[in-house]
Amino acid sequence: MKRVAITGVGAVSPAGLDAVSTWQGVRDGISAIAPLDCPRADRLNVTIAAQVRDFNAADLLPPKRAAMMDRFSQFAVVAAREALAQSGLDRAHPAVQQAAVIVGIGVGGLITLDDAFFNLYGLDKPRSHPLTIPKLMCNAAPSQVSMDLGAHGITFAVASACASGTHAIGTAAQLIRSGASPVVFAGGSEACITAGTLHGWEALRVLAPDTCRPFSRNRAGLVLGEGSGMMVLEDWDHAQARGATILAEVLGFGANADAGDLTSPDPEGARAAMDLALRDACLSPHQIGYINAHGTGTAMNDRVESDAIRALFGADPPPVSSSKAVLGHGLGAAGALEAVVTVMALANQIIPPTANCIEPDTDLGIDMVPEGPRNAEFTAAISNSFAFGGLNAVLALGRT
Amino acid sequence: MTTLETIIPIVAKQLGLNPADIGANTNLEEAGYESLDVIETIFALEEEFGIDINFNANTQDTGSLATVGDLAAIIDETLAKQGKA
Repeated sequence: MKRVAITGVGAVSPAGLDAVSTWQGVRDGISAIAPLDCPRADRLNVTIAAQVRDFNAADLLPPKRAAMMDRFSQFAVVAAREALAQSGLDRAHPAVQQAAVIVGIGVGGLITLDDAFFNLYGLDKPRSHPLTIPKLMCNAAPSQVSMDLGAHGITFAVASACASGTHAIGTAAQLIRSGASPVVFAGGSEACITAGTLHGWEALRVLAPDTCRPFSRNRAGLVLGEGSGMMVLEDWDHAQARGATILAEVLGFGANADAGDLTSPDPEGARAAMDLALRDACLSPHQIGYINAHGTGTAMNDRVESDAIRALFGADPPPVSSSKAVLGHGLGAAGALEAVVTVMALANQIIPPTANCIEPDTDLGIDMVPEGPRNAEFTAAISNSFAFGGLNAVLALGRT
Repeated sequence: MTTLETIIPIVAKQLGLNPADIGANTNLEEAGYESLDVIETIFALEEEFGIDINFNANTQDTGSLATVGDLAAIIDETLAKQGKA
């Protein structure tokens, strides 16, 4: 079985338009949650979101190409370009030309859909734009990445709600391990902050009115986010042979289904997914130095995830932090952005904090790193994603 | 018709039970409510009464909505606040 190197990362997030600024925002605990800015926001009760600011696709991509994409595809292509540049590969390399592309998408082009339906049913316009369907389909993001980079390998979207990005990277790692693809572009993307989407989230009664405070006694729920995280995963020997800088290693992947409730997570399912990832990585719990939590900031997730962590790691688990107080909940992008954060944490030997955790809920029995970034020596970490539908996915990542 | 009389058929429909078996003291969880039932019921009650019920699953004391009578109370309270009582 081949080892899986990560040789490039890219990000577009509420904290910044590249991986470094995204990492810096999470590391320094600077929340990117801000007043909501979207059409028809006056119809909503919610007034905040973690949105990508100052993203002008026409400045970052060829304008004609950018115009063919919904925002979630634009994010993915920009992040994939950054990851490719860092990897040192270029479009002419045979491994890029044969590369696979796997992108996790929670819901797809809802900005395009929301606008199209508003025009039809709200404004009584008689027709929709001809690019409506090609822009909104979930596979538009991986397809646009493949078109932009000239990658001709197997290309598809993974849809597992909030775990999509983690499933995408885990699936990509399996392609590398098997030898099927020496290079895979993998990650997640989402841009669904629309009035229609937020109405649906409001009805679930889980949105915070002010901000996201994971693992804090005064938690009030989640805040919706958006963005994209993309990585270049590469056959370890292939990367070494060309003298690439290896940022981190995908050591293991664990995924399962609760096969229970549609929206209430099961602590045993979450525990088992982490256990699967560790076993896949041939690691013992004591070898994990950091857990990047799913950490949505809901009462349910705080309790279930901390219970699951203690069930696997015992009474004194490794430090746990959530990036969602900074980045919001990016749904299909979340797992990928958090994997990028975890790679940066390993590379910099810094455990990022849980921002906004101003009243640490000590009843949870975890060290949620509330005080700020923490220097630490650690060689392996896991990144958790637990999705609606009872779909759990966990990546085990290692320092190089 | 009282608030309670109006909401009993809604709760009964959500649970798939006979309305005659439901009263103010019926405990929702014991009667079979699962994760999404509470928010589905609140949605149905908002539609029925034309109100917005202020309920956040993260901050609400779960004990405050334990029975059918509790649902009636929160509706009456909301109607009063929104001037519809």
